[in-house]
Amino acid sequence: MNQTITQNAVTVTALTMKFDAKTVFHDLNFELKQGSMTALLGPNGTGKTTLINILMGMFPATAGSYTFAPGIKLGYVPQFRNLDAEYPLSIRSFMELNGPLFKSAEFKAEVNHELIETHLDSIQHIRMGEASGGQKQRAYLAQALLDKPNMVILDEATASLDPVAKEELMGLIKHLNEKHQITVLFVTHDVPLAKKYMKEYLYLNRGQLTQGKMTTFTEVYE
Amino acid sequence: MFQFEFMRYAFLASTFIAVTCGIVGVYVVARSFSFLAHTLSEIGFAGAAFAVFIGISPLWGMLLFTLLGSISVGELSLHTDQKESSISAISALFIGMGVLFLAISGSNSRYATNILFGSIVGVDQQDVIQLITLSLVVLLMLLAVARPLNFDSFDHIGAVATGLKTGAVGIVFLVALAMSVSIGSQIVGSLLVFILLTLPASTARYIGRSIGAMACWSVLFALIGVWAGLYFGFITNWPVTFFIAVIEVAIYLVAYLIHAIRN
Repeated sequence: MNQTITQNAVTVTALTMKFDAKTVFHDLNFELKQGSMTALLGPNGTGKTTLINILMGMFPATAGSYTFAPGIKLGYVPQFRNLDAEYPLSIRSFMELNGPLFKSAEFKAEVNHELIETHLDSIQHIRMGEASGGQKQRAYLAQALLDKPNMVILDEATASLDPVAKEELMGLIKHLNEKHQITVLFVTHDVPLAKKYMKEYLYLNRGQLTQGKMTTFTEVYE
Repeated sequence: MFQFEFMRYAFLASTFIAVTCGIVGVYVVARSFSFLAHTLSEIGFAGAAFAVFIGISPLWGMLLFTLLGSISVGELSLHTDQKESSISAISALFIGMGVLFLAISGSNSRYATNILFGSIVGVDQQDVIQLITLSLVVLLMLLAVARPLNFDSFDHIGAVATGLKTGAVGIVFLVALAMSVSIGSQIVGSLLVFILLTLPASTARYIGRSIGAMACWSVLFALIGVWAGLYFGFITNWPVTFFIAVIEVAIYLVAYLIHAIRN
């Protein structure tokens, strides 16, 4: 068991991304251990989301490579969702979008399990449009968890949340990491929050990347 | 009124069309395609006029034009910042062409009125079979892509994040939408087909909290509209389209007001 935990979940080698003449980042090298909990930090516009999109396979890098370990199943919670206040689906129906058309008893049980896990079971029938920011973020996460990932990437999940909702979401992410050994890559520019909950960091700035323990992170940026 | 064959045909065809438009409408509204549906109905008008000009059934002309139009307009609206302006330009072009085709085909104004405002009381057995077949084709197409279509329509970003190929689903839906516009036009006319494609589904959004529930409510409201419209049309001899429009708007307004008062 210990052996699997210390294996790499993902290995990134000499990754470079250019849009036309502009270099977003150059020669990134890092690895994330299975079961690790890493903050991807850096100023706005530094290419954090670009890096994530490459890892998600949404577009190719200019050069370099990345390899996920066999058996890694990724879940991704993107930064923006365009659900307005009139959005009609209930939290439960929203989650079930990521499921079969005809729902088996087994699938329904999984939905119930994730609703409880993400503390949404008591409000599962309220509309997503009427849910608070924190409830929506937990519903996005719950939807991704239906795929049973063993690694999740969250992009700025706490950016628009109030302090209480932030703590609740981070507590949930910590629980997923500790109880279910889910590898977490958490994109944020909230350094105090990352220091409180994350163990390692990746710091992306001016196209360069540094990596280390969160407790030793001392960079200051806007 | 069911002792008359033309009323039986009208009810049968309308029922299938209402079910189809009710369900397609759920996705039209979810994808914010109301304006596109409206444009397609205008493209359909040009297609029907073209069909009259070359001497084929208006339904086939509509199908041809709306299918070509839906793909091109759909692509255009996805890849331009001036979505509404570009769709308006295409509308204008097609309405102009429709007017031209009608003028040079030398057909009487009654034909134009039928295309624009509908002529369900007057379909024959062959028309009914065509309309039901096309309705079933649309429903089967939606069923075939239902899972990705649901995900993409109600949570596009989430669908992309799970690696769903949303482009193909979008094209299948545009084809289904074009066919729905063509068959829906047979009841309410191309000028008002967006009534059936947007109002029942918009009303259903205030009530349903799952896609299945919204589809059921949308179909119900569409059926109430066309059945009651045919009935009132029969007893008053006023246009069926008028009654369908008034009934759908009334249902929508009631749902809207209840929703507004609650919030």
